[in-house]
Amino acid sequence: MSQKTNVLQKAGSFLFDNKVMIAFAAICVAAIVLSGSPMTFIVDGVFTRITRNTFTVLALIIPVLAGLGLNFGIVIGAVAAQIAVFCVVYWGFGGFSGMLLSVLIATPLAVLFGYLVGKLFNRMKGAEMIAGLILGYFADGLYQLLFLVIIGGIIPVNNPKLIISGGVGVKNTIDLTGNLKYAIDSVRMVDIVTVLFYVVLAITAIKVVLHLLKKYQLHKGDFILFGVVGLLFGISYIPVIERFLSTDRLGLLDALTAVLIVLAVVQIIKIVKSIWIDKKPAKNLVKPILALLGYGLIFGLTFIPEIENVLLFVKLPVLPFLLIAGLCWFNHKILSTRLGQNMRTVGQSQSVAMASGINVDQTRVIAMIISTVLASWGQLIFLQNIGTFSTYGAHTQIAQFAIAALLVGGASVQKATNKQAIIGVILFHTLFIVAPQAGKQLFDNAQIGEYFRVFVSYGVIALSLAMHAWKQFKKEVQPPTEGIDLGNSALSPMAEKQQILD
Amino acid sequence: MKTLKNIYENIGLPRLIIGLFFIFLVVTSIVLGFSPAALFSDVLRRWLMYGTLVLAMVPGIQSGIGLNFGISLGISAGLLGSVFAMEISFLRNWNEVLGAGAPWLTLLLALLFGIIMAAILGTLYGMLLNRVKGSEMTVSTYVGFSVIAFMNIVWLSLAFKNGELSWPLQGRGLRNTASLSGSFGGLLSNPDVVQSTQPAWLHWLAFKIGDFTVPLGLILVFALLCFIIWLFFRSKLGIAMSAAGENQLFTTTTGINVDGKRIQGTAISTVLGAVGIILYAQTYGFLQLYNAPLMMGFASVASILIGGASVRRAKISHVLIGTLLFQGILVTALPVVNEVIEIGTLPEVLRIIISNGIILYALSKTKGGNQ
Repeated sequence: MSQKTNVLQKAGSFLFDNKVMIAFAAICVAAIVLSGSPMTFIVDGVFTRITRNTFTVLALIIPVLAGLGLNFGIVIGAVAAQIAVFCVVYWGFGGFSGMLLSVLIATPLAVLFGYLVGKLFNRMKGAEMIAGLILGYFADGLYQLLFLVIIGGIIPVNNPKLIISGGVGVKNTIDLTGNLKYAIDSVRMVDIVTVLFYVVLAITAIKVVLHLLKKYQLHKGDFILFGVVGLLFGISYIPVIERFLSTDRLGLLDALTAVLIVLAVVQIIKIVKSIWIDKKPAKNLVKPILALLGYGLIFGLTFIPEIENVLLFVKLPVLPFLLIAGLCWFNHKILSTRLGQNMRTVGQSQSVAMASGINVDQTRVIAMIISTVLASWGQLIFLQNIGTFSTYGAHTQIAQFAIAALLVGGASVQKATNKQAIIGVILFHTLFIVAPQAGKQLFDNAQIGEYFRVFVSYGVIALSLAMHAWKQFKKEVQPPTEGIDLGNSALSPMAEKQQILD
Repeated sequence: MKTLKNIYENIGLPRLIIGLFFIFLVVTSIVLGFSPAALFSDVLRRWLMYGTLVLAMVPGIQSGIGLNFGISLGISAGLLGSVFAMEISFLRNWNEVLGAGAPWLTLLLALLFGIIMAAILGTLYGMLLNRVKGSEMTVSTYVGFSVIAFMNIVWLSLAFKNGELSWPLQGRGLRNTASLSGSFGGLLSNPDVVQSTQPAWLHWLAFKIGDFTVPLGLILVFALLCFIIWLFFRSKLGIAMSAAGENQLFTTTTGINVDGKRIQGTAISTVLGAVGIILYAQTYGFLQLYNAPLMMGFASVASILIGGASVRRAKISHVLIGTLLFQGILVTALPVVNEVIEIGTLPEVLRIIISNGIILYALSKTKGGNQ
C-alpha cells in the first residue's frame, strides 16, 4: 500500500515539476492534430530546426549555472559570428576552410565581447537579465552603425554583391550559397572518422611519449579509446561501409538504428559484467533487460509503414549533431572540474563563494565568455545551415527564441540542463512549424497562428520570470528556519518589512 | 569653481553630452540653412506627442516599481479605447448627426474607454508586480511584450464596419495604420484640421505664426496633465506614495500600506499610458496598431532617464527636459544627417544606441538590484 502511494506521489511530483513542459507538449499535440500537416513535413522541419538552434540554446546553460540567470546577452555572441561571416564572404573564402576561418575570427571577438559583458554584469549584480536584454538592443544599434555607416562610409569596401548600390552600408541579405552554405553540414562521415583517428592517434602518441618520460601515467581508458577509434577507422575501409560513410547526410532510420545498437551493446556489456564478473544477484538485471526490451520495441516500431516513411524521409547532417553532442558532453563535464564547481557555488550564493575564497567576479566573467563564444559558434551553425545571411535580422530574435525554448523544456532562471534544452527545442520548434497551419484551420487565418506563436514565446518567458520572482520573493519573506541565506542580506529590509506586516 | 562643479554634478555627464549634442545639431541645421521656425515647431510637436507617455513613468518610479517597461499595457488599453470609440462613431454616424462635435465626442469616448480599461488592467498588473518585488523590470518588460503579441491577435480578429479601421474586402482584421483624418486626428494640434473642421471660436486651438506652428490645445492639455501629476505628488496620497517608493521599511512602520500604494502608482502609470497613446495618435494623425507600440516603453524609459531621473526618483522636470532632448535629437538629426552624409537610417540607429545606452547607464548606477 505504502509503495502505491509512493508511486502516486512520485508521479504527482513529476507532473508538478514538469508542468510547463507538459502543458506545452499538450499545446503542441493539439496544434499538430489541428494543422493536419503530414508527419514527414513536421518531423523534417523539427530536425532541421534542431540542427540550427540547439547549439545556441545549449550555450545558455553555463550562465544559469553561475547564477547569471538567462543570458539575454547571447545576441552579442551572434554579432561576433556575423562580423566574421561578413569578413570571410568579403575575402572570398568558402567551404569548410572558410568556416574554420570564420571560427578563428569569431572566437577572439566573442571572447572580447564576453569579457566586456561579464565586467558590465558585475556592476549590475541582480539586474543581469534586464541589463542583458537592453545590452542586446544596444549592441544591435552599434552593429547597425558598423554595417550601415562605417562599412563603406569610413572603411572603403568595394563589392557590389555585398554593398548597397550607393557604396555605403551592407545589403539586407547576403547569399551564402557557394561559399559558406552547408560548410559544416556537408562534411562527409569518412572525413570525420579520418580526422578523429589522426587526432586520437596524435594524442595517444603524446601520452605514450609522456609516459616514457615518466610525466604521465597511462591507463586502460587511453588504450580502449584508441582501440575503438582505430577499429572505426579500419572498418571505414571496407567498401560497403566506405560507401555508406562517404555521404554527408545520415538517414534518420540509420541514425536511430545505430543509436539503438550502441545503447543495446552498452546494456549487454552491463549484463555480462554483472553476471560473470561482479556476480551480483539477479535483481540487478531487471533494469538492463527492461531497457533492452524497450530498445527492441522502438526498433520494432520503425517497421510500421507510417513511421518508417517518416524515418526514411528525414536526413540528418552529421557534423552539427556531433557538435551538439559534444557541447552536451562539455556542459556535463564542466561540472566536475574546479571551475564548474566554483560556478555552482557562485550561482548558489555569492557570499558563501566569497567566504570560501572563490574569485566571484572572475568566475562570472569566465561564464559569460564561455557562453558568448558558444553562442557565436551556434550562430555560425545557424547561418551555414539556413544559407542566407539576413544582415540586420539574423541576430535580433536569437536570445528571445533560445530562452523561450529553454524555458519550454522546463528550465528555470536557476536551473537548466542539457535534457531540458533539447526537449525545449523540440517542443518550441514543433509549435513554430505547425502554428500557422493550425491557425489557418482554426480561425481561417494563418497570420493568427503566427502571432500566436510569437505570443507564446513572449508569454512563456514572462510567465517563467514571474514565477521565479514570486518564488524568490516568498523565500525572502519567510526565511528558511535552518540558516538564513547570506546571499540575500542586501534585500533583508524587505523581509523585515513583511514580518512587521505579518 | 565649486559652483561650477555643483552645476556639473547636478546635470550629470550623460545629460551634458546629450544636451551639447542637441545644441550642436540645432546650430548645424540652422547653419545648413534649414528654417528654424519649421525645425522648432517640429521639435515642439514631437515633444508634446511623446510627453504624456513619458509622464506615465513618473508614478511608476515614485511608487517604487521602477522603470515601467510594461507601459504597453496602458498603450494597448488606449488603442482599444480609440478603436471602439471610432467604431461607435461610425455606426451612429456621428459625423453627420453632430458635425463639428463628432471628433470631440469620439476623442472623449476613446479617453473614457481607455482610462477605464487601463485602470482595471493597471490594478491587476500592480498586484502582479507586488508579487515579483525585486524583479519588476524584467517581468514588466516581458509582460509588455506578451500584451503586444496578444493584442496582435485581437487586432486581427476584430470585425469592424468602419472602413478607416478595417481592411477593405476582408471580413476581419484591422489595418496596420489607421488614419484618424475622419476622426479626432489633429484636433488639438494641426492648424489645417482645426481651421477647416472647427467653428471660428475654436481656432485658437492650433494656429501658425509665420512658419511656426503653435498647437495651443495640445500644450494646454499636456500642461494640465503635468500640473495634475505635480499636484498629486504634493497631496497626502502622493506624498505617501513617494514615501512608499523611497523606503518601504520606514513607510510601513508609519502605517502606510506600501503594497496598496504601489498598486495605485502602477494603475496611474497605466492610465497615463492610455491617455498618452491617444494624445500621441491625435498629434500623429494615425493610429498605429500591431507591433508599432512594442518598443514605445523603451523610448519613454530612455526619455525620462535622459531627463535626469533615476530608477528611484523622478520629477516632472525630468519628463520635460528628457523628452525635449531625446525627441529634439531625433527630429534635428534627420535633416542634418541627410545633408551631410546620405544615410537615411542613421537617425534610427542613433535612436537605438542613445535610448538603450542611457538605460544601461542608469542601470549600472543602481548597484545590486532591480530597484
